[in-house]
Amino acid sequence: MTATAISLRGLSKHFGQVRAVDELDLDIADGEFFSMLGPSGSGKTTVLRLIAGFEEPTAGTILLGEDDVTRRPPFSRDVNTVFQDYAIFPHMSVVENVEYGLRVKKVGKADRRRRAEEALETVRLASYGARRPHQLSGGQRQRVALARALVNRPKVLLLDEPLGALDLKLRREMQIELKEIQRDVGITFVFVTHDQEEALTMSDRVAVFNEGRIEQLATPVELYEQPASAFVAGFVGTSNLFRGEDARRLVGEDGTFAVRPEKVRLATSAPADTTGLCVAHGVVREVVYLGATTSSVVELDDGPTVTVSHPNTDTSIDAAAERRDQRVVVTWRRDHLVSLGSPTQATSPEEETA
Amino acid sequence: MARSSIISPGLRRSLTGITVLVLVFVYVPLTLVVVNSFNIDNTFGFPPPGYTLHWWQVAWESQGARSALWTSVKVAIAATVVALLLGTLAAMALRRTRFFGRNVVSLLIILPIALPGVVTGLAFQNGFRTILGIQLSLWTIVIAHATFCIVTIFNNVQARFQRLGGNFEQASMDLGAGRWTTFRLVTFPMLRSALLAGALLSFGLSFDEIVVTTFTASSQDQTLPIWIFQNLFRPNQAPIVNVVAAVLVIVSAIPIYLAQKLSGSQAEGLTASP
Repeated sequence: MTATAISLRGLSKHFGQVRAVDELDLDIADGEFFSMLGPSGSGKTTVLRLIAGFEEPTAGTILLGEDDVTRRPPFSRDVNTVFQDYAIFPHMSVVENVEYGLRVKKVGKADRRRRAEEALETVRLASYGARRPHQLSGGQRQRVALARALVNRPKVLLLDEPLGALDLKLRREMQIELKEIQRDVGITFVFVTHDQEEALTMSDRVAVFNEGRIEQLATPVELYEQPASAFVAGFVGTSNLFRGEDARRLVGEDGTFAVRPEKVRLATSAPADTTGLCVAHGVVREVVYLGATTSSVVELDDGPTVTVSHPNTDTSIDAAAERRDQRVVVTWRRDHLVSLGSPTQATSPEEETA
Repeated sequence: MARSSIISPGLRRSLTGITVLVLVFVYVPLTLVVVNSFNIDNTFGFPPPGYTLHWWQVAWESQGARSALWTSVKVAIAATVVALLLGTLAAMALRRTRFFGRNVVSLLIILPIALPGVVTGLAFQNGFRTILGIQLSLWTIVIAHATFCIVTIFNNVQARFQRLGGNFEQASMDLGAGRWTTFRLVTFPMLRSALLAGALLSFGLSFDEIVVTTFTASSQDQTLPIWIFQNLFRPNQAPIVNVVAAVLVIVSAIPIYLAQKLSGSQAEGLTASP
């Protein structure tokens, strides 16, 4: 394990009765692209604001490298933030914005101008230095915010849903670009998002937040293939969940199980060899064309509905659409089933406290 | 003009009529004052038999008018400076902390501008003379004026804060600037136009105030409105009063015009962020 950039120990933040962050322990490695993923109100942004110093924790400590920064104000922490609304100073030009951090640290004028220009080059805004913020598009403003933070060479860069205000195409481009920039500069990125695709695309590791706690901390692949709880299975991608009676009938075991829609096969008759497979019969209720894939919702005779997703490799949409209200057989491999724990464990901790 | 299409043509015509009527009602007498300051006839017959700059020259040489003007300027500047400091601080304090009774405090700050001047003036006179035992002076006028001048600054600054949100200051501190540097480089520059607009309004308010001034001024301190009031019914001073009144109209209109222009143009420059 490489050196840690951030260590959170027993970190809690309560707002009145609400436990926004609840006894959090977390280590983020140096040079890592780390994402905090979760629905709104899950505490991810509060953790970011605690690291930045905008909030004071109710309990716990925050270590930046070796330094305990828990009680330090934002301006004496070696972290910089890219805000959700960018917070570009409207009364300064682009280059003045970017060099602001160096200016308040009393870096000489020529030096800071040069470094600001370099940072603008990194985010591909080399010729925009003289512009005013209101002359920039949303994507350009986002880059200015990034350059303004990066120019200070912080130990850690905090990003608070920075792509949220951009349209889908631009967001995808920026995802790739952000990852490239992070690799180039080698600074630890802590990225907050509620968009699972964003987290999976860019991150080395992802922490999934729910109700102030981390549900699962894993690499994107593990997170998708081996979700640790029903919450993660449902929040990261979509999953077919079987629990209780359904699990017993379909899987033949007690517990809670998840299987991804793209791992379920749909056929008109049961295959001859069913070793290692789960087989269920049902009726197609809905066929949804999604461009690259088609989703079919199958109501099983045994009760639950399953979503089946298959790529549109040929004009299969016609065939799929014709299957509406037809009887079908769905199969999936047993080793594609993810067990989310035995029934006793299935009641998640937050349900017990609720 | 897209909005006017909601209003029916008949209603629009009558609204236009009423607006014109109101404007005529307000500005014709004011124009008359200005015209009369050039009227050759010192009983102000209308239409004027001829025009002269004589009264302007007399007014210019009038010791009383000049010193009253100077007093008014001094009071207005001092009250505005006090209001700038206190109004800004109050707006900042009320923004940062959320405490019980915050809205009450906000209301108490704004209230003086709505209170009848007679009440405020009387209250101040009592407060200064009987409770505090202070002689009335230029400073008592300044303090009394500052109570309602604060409102213009406070309101302007508060509105600006509301529009800006808090992220700019957080961004500044995040980038390593301390609290004072943040104020100097970020908060203040973004407040500047709001402060200027508020200050001009405040100057205008103080400059033509008479009711509160009457109660809080000593007999030696004559502001321009008080001087006008006292000389209004002296026949040989009447033409000069007209000149002074004309000056007063211009001097109060300019700051208001500038203030409106400033807050208007800045609104576009600063809200251009998404």
